Amino acid sequence: MKKAYWNEAQETSSRNTLKRLQLQRLRQVIDRALKTPFYKARLRRAGISGSRDIKTLDDLKKVPFTTKDDLRECYPDGLLAVDLKDVVRIHTSSGTTGTPTVIYHTREDIANWTELVARCIVATGASSKDVFQNMMSYGMFTGGLGLHYGAERVGMTVIPMGSGNTRRQIQLMHDFKTTVVHITPSYLLHIYSKLEECGFSVSDLCLQKAYLGAEPYSENTRKKIEELLNVDAYNSYGLSEMNGPGVAFECVYKRGMHVWEDAYIMEVIDPHTLQEVPAQEEGEIVFTTLTRRATPLLRYRTRDLGFIYKDECKCGRTHRRLSRITGRTDDMLIINGVNVYPSQIEEVIMRIPQVGTNYQICLEKDGALDKLVVKVEIYSKMFKGELGELDALRARIKEDLRASIIINPSVELHEPGSLPVFEGKAKRVVDSRQKL
Amino acid sequence: MPKQLHVFVENKPGRLESVTEVLYKNGINILAFTIQDRGEFGMVKLLADKPDQGYLVLADKGFACAVKEVMMVAIKDKPGNLHKLTSVLLQHKVNIIDAHGFVIEPGKKGVCCLELAETKGVKQLLEKEGFGLVDEERLAELLL
Repeated sequence: MKKAYWNEAQETSSRNTLKRLQLQRLRQVIDRALKTPFYKARLRRAGISGSRDIKTLDDLKKVPFTTKDDLRECYPDGLLAVDLKDVVRIHTSSGTTGTPTVIYHTREDIANWTELVARCIVATGASSKDVFQNMMSYGMFTGGLGLHYGAERVGMTVIPMGSGNTRRQIQLMHDFKTTVVHITPSYLLHIYSKLEECGFSVSDLCLQKAYLGAEPYSENTRKKIEELLNVDAYNSYGLSEMNGPGVAFECVYKRGMHVWEDAYIMEVIDPHTLQEVPAQEEGEIVFTTLTRRATPLLRYRTRDLGFIYKDECKCGRTHRRLSRITGRTDDMLIINGVNVYPSQIEEVIMRIPQVGTNYQICLEKDGALDKLVVKVEIYSKMFKGELGELDALRARIKEDLRASIIINPSVELHEPGSLPVFEGKAKRVVDSRQKL
Repeated sequence: MPKQLHVFVENKPGRLESVTEVLYKNGINILAFTIQDRGEFGMVKLLADKPDQGYLVLADKGFACAVKEVMMVAIKDKPGNLHKLTSVLLQHKVNIIDAHGFVIEPGKKGVCCLELAETKGVKQLLEKEGFGLVDEERLAELLL
């Protein structure tokens, strides 16, 4: 197979050189983190008052973990390590209970992120000759802008479509001979199902590669997509706390995603004992940012489960590979690539007085796409006997949910006492989607 | 004004049956009913001899229900009489939210039940135009 690198020296540097660089950058990031009120307090309590307390990579274990809750509590600026005038971009995500989290980026942060994404793209064999149609959402969601910048950096011809508008997506794929798409697996299957309706077949397109991310899917789904669309599909991993996409990506060998270890220290821990687990063993993935200026994060617990491959990759990259994500340690749902916590939905519906105390969150498949159905009981004491009020109630729940979780749900109104009563919110989620 | 019983029901087998069961077991007589449909759910609207008691027994069983006042207009059962009523309402730009009607004595007496967006002055207007309004007592008499 043809070997191509964006930054050969860095991507293939020896493990020892890589570890020396990690230590040097870890010491820098500790000093930067100490500029934030949050880490100043937390690191001091752990006996770390500067980079002098980090002598080896093993000293990272002295650093306490950072969680999503920490990020929420730091909102808006408890984790900002630079002057706001040096910040060029802000990405926020909605938190689990309404409080958002924020990641700031300096110009240098964006440049570093872009560099990592460029490496990912070239690792799949793509180049400036490719036409890249980006079908991930732009805006606050990091999937769109992240790949966009990287693709432009590589010199690809970028079509910044964002998600949705299937008919137009297909038309542009055809008209501009798109060779590479960045998309969720469920949306790509949806597009496939609409091809014929739009008057095209797979052979009318020039598609060669699909970058699949933002939602979990199996090896079988990859094979299915590759066969149906006659493409090579590559797995992509990222999370907004670690910039977004570009954290880890598959190379042409498609066996695990190379994590750019000069930019992140990856650990895999047992979520209960918090002790590191050996390679090939599943655990919670933890990342430390090594290059980030504006929002350094140390030992951030992703809540994603996966493992590290033990063997070396034939592509020559020395950066270790992460498995596809096998699950979550929390109750986060991924709906058409958007992360949603059941508590976010509960928060929205429970502040509406006409809604009773019982509800159900149902996830179904509508063709290849996910469908969220929120079932609520109406509260009899607030009922005035008019259909108009029920229409308004349904519209309000839809609108409030759309604003809060950025997903258009179906809302069903049910009679009081008609939905099953469960203890605990997890049981209120009925996920009947077939695993992709 | 006469009272109508409104009950929220899901659109699935057995829901209307559970409403009629509660009313029947409590000896409540239904004069007329209609269902306003919204696909997955609907509103059952009933004219019953004891609407307040009907409300209590249904609410007691957990139903989301309400008692609403409606305008009941007596109309002679002859061609063109309903049209006369709707024409008067149109002339005065009175919007009808929901309505249903039924015949009490064929060829003689019918009734139209109206839920109106605005009821102010409508009673006087209809009486001036020669329509008879059915009040709660007259409704009770009709039910005898």
